[in-house]
Amino acid sequence: MPPFVLPFEKPFVELLTRVRELRVLAAGDPKLLGELARLEEKTAQVARDAYRELSPMQKLQIARHPERPYTLDYAARLLDDWVELHGDRRFGDDAAVVAGLGRYHGRSVVVVGHQRGRDADENARRNLGMPHPEGYRKAVRAFDLADRMGLPILTFVDTPGAFPGIAAEERGQSEAIAGSLAAMSRVRVPVVATIVGEGGSGGALAFAVANRVLVLEFGCYTVISPEGCAAILWRDAARAPEAAERLKMTAPDLLRLGIVDEVVAEPAGGAHHDHDEAARRLDRALSAALASLDSLSPAALADDRYRRFRAFGALVA
Amino acid sequence: MTAPDQPPPSRGANDARALGGGEFQRCEGCAAVHETRVFETTYEVCPACGHHHRLSPERYRRLLLDDATFAAWDTHLESADPIEFSADVPYPERIAAAQRETGARDAIETGRARLGGHDIAYGCFRFAFLGGSMGSVVGEKVARLFERAASARIPAVLLQTSGGARMQEGIVSLMQMAKTVGARERLRAACVPFVSVMLGPTTGGVAASTAFLGDVNVAEPGALIGFAGPRVIEATVGGRLPEGFQRSEFLLDHGMVDLVVPRAELRAALVRLLGHLRPPPAA
Repeated sequence: MPPFVLPFEKPFVELLTRVRELRVLAAGDPKLLGELARLEEKTAQVARDAYRELSPMQKLQIARHPERPYTLDYAARLLDDWVELHGDRRFGDDAAVVAGLGRYHGRSVVVVGHQRGRDADENARRNLGMPHPEGYRKAVRAFDLADRMGLPILTFVDTPGAFPGIAAEERGQSEAIAGSLAAMSRVRVPVVATIVGEGGSGGALAFAVANRVLVLEFGCYTVISPEGCAAILWRDAARAPEAAERLKMTAPDLLRLGIVDEVVAEPAGGAHHDHDEAARRLDRALSAALASLDSLSPAALADDRYRRFRAFGALVA
Repeated sequence: MTAPDQPPPSRGANDARALGGGEFQRCEGCAAVHETRVFETTYEVCPACGHHHRLSPERYRRLLLDDATFAAWDTHLESADPIEFSADVPYPERIAAAQRETGARDAIETGRARLGGHDIAYGCFRFAFLGGSMGSVVGEKVARLFERAASARIPAVLLQTSGGARMQEGIVSLMQMAKTVGARERLRAACVPFVSVMLGPTTGGVAASTAFLGDVNVAEPGALIGFAGPRVIEATVGGRLPEGFQRSEFLLDHGMVDLVVPRAELRAALVRLLGHLRPPPAA
């Protein structure tokens, strides 16, 4: 399958392809090493220039990139002894949400995240990462299990939003999201959430009531999609780029507003160009965030989380 | 920004139904026309078809609370402009206009009240103020309502009607969902009851935070209640929605609310519930 390339990525992707070809050749011909180094330097420079001035909508396009690493890609790279858990014990198993147990730096943890599909078939099965109520209820099972066993919780947020459909409403989408928010509020274990892609509204927040919230460099987090915002404001979804500017949804905005605690740098051109390197960088930030919570008692962890979210609000002094 | 502390009595959204210079009102349910004073005595419920029209927080006070009064909390709170949002007009101007139109500072009123002799922490959303949307002020007042209910060990009764999170406050408004739910969960841990009353419409971020987390969930008849709005769902599924979809009775059928109570019986139903749900002494 040819790689999916966004228009503004083209110059970088072309150079990156040549670098990879030259690497293969240079392995058999040391005379090419000098040229390889020059080309690598040029590629890095192009990436720095091209990605420094991206618009919010372009960043969102990277966050939505179909080759971006998803929850299971991070789980495979960060965890040992991974066991995926299935089902909400009420209705079914929602493939748009992944929950499981794994060993992270020697310590058992519970992982919950949204899961998009890599191709059309998988996206049909995973509903493009848009959960139904049973997805949130599976997550609540995992959160409560973590609480009882004293296991830290790591979440990976990446969804356009909770699914707006008939069956989702019949089975109580509102109650399911609220239930997930409530469960995350209650647990007495460390919780670290990472916005790894698109953080779409309440369906994203349902996995992000954490002691520490990280965002990847091109991750976005917003109360409404720019398309939805533009449709409301101007009855014109095509004005989404303008809405994206106004919503302040990119990583630097989120850091400035205190919504996230840290922005995790991505590999040149974005996490989709190098899943392994993206996971290594996230690993460093995640392990530091977890370590920073080690000294807190179970009660203090719940209090810390309450205070973190209790403080959000902009009131006239 | 300033606003009077006591909003003037307002017929709010009902003005659109006025006929004959305000002497008559048309029912939005069955189009029957009745004298305005008839709708006043029925609290805007159509005597012909039972359709429940929107009612202002001032009139819910009269409908529900002993002596129709409460001791208001946090009346001074006003939203700032966290993401400097502007669409056609800057957000602070939108707020100022809504304050002028409604006489209220934001989309909720809260306070200590008595209902059938029971002390309660009471709140009521104001849909006429930017669609009852939850921004920093609503989030803060709801969180404080639950915190005060917990410390005073008095039940929380919250009447909700809202289009959801307030878009103009961006991601900060989304965080209000986690903030209000966190406060509600502390009330649960304190074993103090919360009766959630859903008025129409209750959707989006308010539906997906406190509305369904009542120890008892009550809805008014025919109220539109759900996560996604019907137009969004229609666009997703590419077709018409079934009759009665996302209405209170649909939620009762699907196990999402305990009671659907006509407005005329709401006070009696709440009194009965509060009689059973007396907070036990603090552990």
